[in-house]
Amino acid sequence: MARVGVITFLGSLDDRDAMRAVGVVGGEAVSLWHGSTDLQGVDAILLPGGFSYGDHLRCGALARFSPIMGAVAEFAVAGGPVLGICNGFQILCEADLLPGILTPNHGQRFICRDVELIVEQESPWIGNRAVGTTIAVPVKHGDGAWFHPEEGLDELEEQGQVLLRYAEDVNGATRRVACVTNAAGNVCGLMPHPEHAVDPILGSIDGQLLVGRLINS
Amino acid sequence: MRVTVLVRPKTGIRDPQGEAIGRSLGGLGYPVSAVSAGSIFDLEIDTDDPKEAERLGAEMAVRVLSNDLIEGFEVIVG
Repeated sequence: MARVGVITFLGSLDDRDAMRAVGVVGGEAVSLWHGSTDLQGVDAILLPGGFSYGDHLRCGALARFSPIMGAVAEFAVAGGPVLGICNGFQILCEADLLPGILTPNHGQRFICRDVELIVEQESPWIGNRAVGTTIAVPVKHGDGAWFHPEEGLDELEEQGQVLLRYAEDVNGATRRVACVTNAAGNVCGLMPHPEHAVDPILGSIDGQLLVGRLINS
Repeated sequence: MRVTVLVRPKTGIRDPQGEAIGRSLGGLGYPVSAVSAGSIFDLEIDTDDPKEAERLGAEMAVRVLSNDLIEGFEVIVG
């Protein structure tokens, strides 16, 4: 059974949901502590949502220097699968493991609702769903506008690093990008919360696709 | 010695905080057409060498205090 490490940073709040989601898709969740440098031999890593360090300075900007992040970077560079959700996405961007940065929602409001996401790239991260189909996953964030300068943006899209796009403008993200990967494709981040969409009782199980990738890699 | 790092949003980068403040100032009747909101960091650095203080201030600005994608910075010694 694939072992998926879920990191708890100071201020993480979706780590328990993420661990449960890993179990739902058939993996074994392993709790990892931000202050450790030991990944306990896990097969994949999940950085959960939350408000690490109270979102001070910039979201994720302080958590990226947590002791465990050196090991996460080595794991990522070696090709290990890493998924960052919400604050986890912000941390991975600040750590330069993913392109761009998350900035305050343009509408100046915290957004908490289900959103429709359009598949832009056939990818194992989304269960190889066909391009143009949609999945439903909730968002809950105040700083979720992914920003990337115009320079290099076309290349990012041409290389297939944009996996999901918001069906409508949710937060002001550059080109409505919702989910990106690194160039190698093994590190993936998004603001929506797949770990909150793994059980039919919550309205959608589409989140199983992204979490499931961590145990099928 | 005292080093101040000023961090500002880059030109053209959307700044919701500045927009909100600007709207409020406009609502109070002030003739303000734009507000850009940044951050000030006053650092007490353990050195007496102004050049070293400036170098450290710039290094911390690049590595931690600002993000080059959206912000620029300025280091003031003294």
